[in-house]
Amino acid sequence: MSSPAETTDDPAKAAPASRSSYDGLRLSALSKSYGSFHAVQSLDLDVPKGSFFALLGPSGCGKTTTLRMVAGLETPTSGTITLAGQDITATKPYRRPVNTVFQNYALFPHLDIYENVAFGLRRRKVGGVDAKVKEMLELVELEAQARKKPAQLSGGQQQRVALARALINEPEVLLLDEPLGALDLKLRRSMQIEIKRIQVEVGLTFIHVTHDQEEAMTMADTVAVMNAGVIEQMGSPGELYENPRSTFVANFLGQSNLIEGTVTSTAGDVVTVDMHGIQVSVPAARAHTDGGKGWIGIRPEKVLIGAAGTELDAPGNTVPGGVVTDVSFIGVSTQYLVKMPWGQELQVFAQNTGRDRIFRVGDPVELSWRPEYAFLLDHSQDVNAGAEEAV
Amino acid sequence: MAWLKERAVLVLGLAVLVYMFVPIFVVVLMSFNDPSTRNVYRFDGFTLDNWLNPCDDPAMCDSLGLSIRIGFLATAVATIIGTMAAFALVRWDFFGRSSSNVLIFLPMAAPEIVMGSSLLTLFVQGGFAGQLGFWTIFIAHVMFCLSFVVVTVRSRLAGMNDTLEQAASDLYATPSQTFWRVTFPLVLPGILGAALLSFSLSFDDFIITNLNSGSDVTFPMYVWGVARVGLPMQVNVVGTLMLVISLTIVLVGEVNSRRRAKALATR
Amino acid sequence: MADTDRRKGLTAYLLMAPAVLVLALFFVIPFYSLVAASLYEPGGSDKEGWEMTYHVGNYVDAVQDYWEPLWHAIAYSAAATLICLVLGYVLAYAIAFKSGRWKSLLLVLVIAPFFTSFLVRTLSWQLILADDGWIVDTFQFLHLLGDDGRLLGTHFAVVMGLAYNFLPFMVLPLFASIDKIDHRLIEASGDLYSNPVVGFFKVTWPLSLPGVVSGTLLTFIPAAGDYINAELLGSTETNVIGNVIQLQATDAGHPNTAAALSMILMVGILVMVLVYIRKAGTEELL
Repeated sequence: MSSPAETTDDPAKAAPASRSSYDGLRLSALSKSYGSFHAVQSLDLDVPKGSFFALLGPSGCGKTTTLRMVAGLETPTSGTITLAGQDITATKPYRRPVNTVFQNYALFPHLDIYENVAFGLRRRKVGGVDAKVKEMLELVELEAQARKKPAQLSGGQQQRVALARALINEPEVLLLDEPLGALDLKLRRSMQIEIKRIQVEVGLTFIHVTHDQEEAMTMADTVAVMNAGVIEQMGSPGELYENPRSTFVANFLGQSNLIEGTVTSTAGDVVTVDMHGIQVSVPAARAHTDGGKGWIGIRPEKVLIGAAGTELDAPGNTVPGGVVTDVSFIGVSTQYLVKMPWGQELQVFAQNTGRDRIFRVGDPVELSWRPEYAFLLDHSQDVNAGAEEAV
Repeated sequence: MAWLKERAVLVLGLAVLVYMFVPIFVVVLMSFNDPSTRNVYRFDGFTLDNWLNPCDDPAMCDSLGLSIRIGFLATAVATIIGTMAAFALVRWDFFGRSSSNVLIFLPMAAPEIVMGSSLLTLFVQGGFAGQLGFWTIFIAHVMFCLSFVVVTVRSRLAGMNDTLEQAASDLYATPSQTFWRVTFPLVLPGILGAALLSFSLSFDDFIITNLNSGSDVTFPMYVWGVARVGLPMQVNVVGTLMLVISLTIVLVGEVNSRRRAKALATR
Repeated sequence: MADTDRRKGLTAYLLMAPAVLVLALFFVIPFYSLVAASLYEPGGSDKEGWEMTYHVGNYVDAVQDYWEPLWHAIAYSAAATLICLVLGYVLAYAIAFKSGRWKSLLLVLVIAPFFTSFLVRTLSWQLILADDGWIVDTFQFLHLLGDDGRLLGTHFAVVMGLAYNFLPFMVLPLFASIDKIDHRLIEASGDLYSNPVVGFFKVTWPLSLPGVVSGTLLTFIPAAGDYINAELLGSTETNVIGNVIQLQATDAGHPNTAAALSMILMVGILVMVLVYIRKAGTEELL
């Protein structure tokens, strides 16, 4: 089956058209429905060329469906996909300059490692297969295993073969579908660093789908948090963690204390909120609510704890009247649950610097945090969204 | 005593296995028999004559030849159309899929005598009563082997993850390249197994063949015919050879998969 | 969800067509021929032709004349199936749970005997059970058999031959079912105070039921139509329906009787199978 069109129209070297100036991957109003179930709803997303992009979300959020639509393995119900200016929405998977590292690697069991890696080059009838395969096997440190069958390799090695088999085609975009899901924790950590190193070295666009927030934050420059078919928030890992815009992001990425409050005034760049009778302030840039009510959010490690009546370091937001209900000694830190006068239990992570004593259950305490660490979320959202799904 | 109690089930199981081999020992033994008369069927003395002159009774070798020819032809046809059907049933969604599955299942659940007599009725009603022979046997064999081929290939295909085909497609393989370079090589062991099963079913069939063979004589029919007048010992030679050949094929496959498993264990 | 999506298109029909054609022409249509033939007016012949008179009396005559071989076939087949179930269960259980790394080799050994010809195997039993054979001698010595007693030509020999020849049809589905049972379930039942026997009947047996059902069907159905064992190992006393159908359809020249008997056999088996499946509570099997 070697039609002349196939050899000349080499998909991996498709020239960018001049119709659009955007040279990355652009998803516009992309949707996918299975009957009445909407897996992906009107998704708009730009992935810049050369970036390491992570799609993060709990299982069933639509991230894998999105990835498969980019790969061409799934046909969108509506919307378009453009890559380097070309509309590839209806392009067959074998004509797209996109390659995938599959979740369980999908290595061809009847071919050896060398032939697995060479598969894409041979299909495209690219010259210099031998040199390219050797170079690629060197990159993933598997030169010695070239003539083995996939079943003879360990999980980590198979993972690297899957990576090499996709990378060798120098795709415009490399898709990684939960690529580390099958590995144990220790191997996963080292592969995260390895994949990141390879991405920097080859400079290709990587889109990484994962449900592991730590993995996404470690590896990607940009993370998009997906939930129920839509993107909740997108940004750098630091930005997402420090300034979440929804309760889902606040709970899914790390942990958050979310306390009900009512906005009393907005003056300049500070919003003042009444929190069960205590006035606390939140920077206007971190207030994502338009109504009168909202959820005041603060990360547990940003909360300071002290004995009742002591003067704490933080200016401003001080909350008296707490009682310690649970103490877990972790080593580097101590994690407290503190029951507040309005009945809610707040989490506090205190570094074991040795300066403060460790409180016991029943001790009366005061909490405090710097206003610039707090954020304010819209009250219409479910306060527990994302907490269950987080790993 | 405790040792026996621990292994009672295994010992009983092995006893059943030995029981299964009892007649086989007799077949192998009798293939070396030097019978004093043709009427009494017992071991009289050791000889290699039966092995050296397998075609002592030319009628036996003729029947063997017919069985082998029909076996190969019926297997080839049943394997090809059965494999096609298995692909359709596993990989395609079409109107009538579940009724096709039932249609495939039925011949395996129908008693042979019923299938044989109904086929004969069809041939007679269709005016082919005088032409019973090679082709009617061939048709009957394709018919009853077909279901077994479909079932064998279907289970192999169903157990195969189709992400491999997606991976091929992702790596620039056109649909036909995906089929010939990935799907087909992976299903091949199932197809070969189906062919082996089909050949042995065809080769061994008596009841359906006996009804539809006219005056042609296959090997099982030959054995049936001579059973009453006294069996030439060469029949046991054929029985032994069948065992040895099929065991070799199966064991080679087994050794191959063991080697693969071992390589897996010592990676 | 997306992975199991089946393709749509006309290709499926092209792929299915030859197989469906073969089965329609040579399995389904013959069945209608059979129904037609079973209603022919008796007294015709292949030379002079047969007259269709919807003669339902063929069925009555067939049952009246041949109820004994019909009963024999069912009884032998049922007895053989029961023996197969006991022997097959022991063997399948031993292979699945007790054979360790020899599992696949033992499975090969289970099918190996059946690579020799069915007829040659059965004739081999004829020799083993012969009147002057060592088995008869031993039985006579143990007084299990009278001095002029014999095995060949008895109901026992026929049932034993059937049980022997159809044993793999029982062992393989049983093995497939038993092998799937998680051994920890049996340990858990032991942990929860059941002794091995109770554990077997409360855990292993119910979980292996799909294998028991398909194994018994795969043994019973072909055994009911078989006449090779009754003919080679039995006597005129052990005549079965398969042989009658064969003779009536060919040499005796009564295709109407053969067709009626085939119908009776098949409908009889079908009814028994349906009742059995319902009792076993595994309708999803079909």
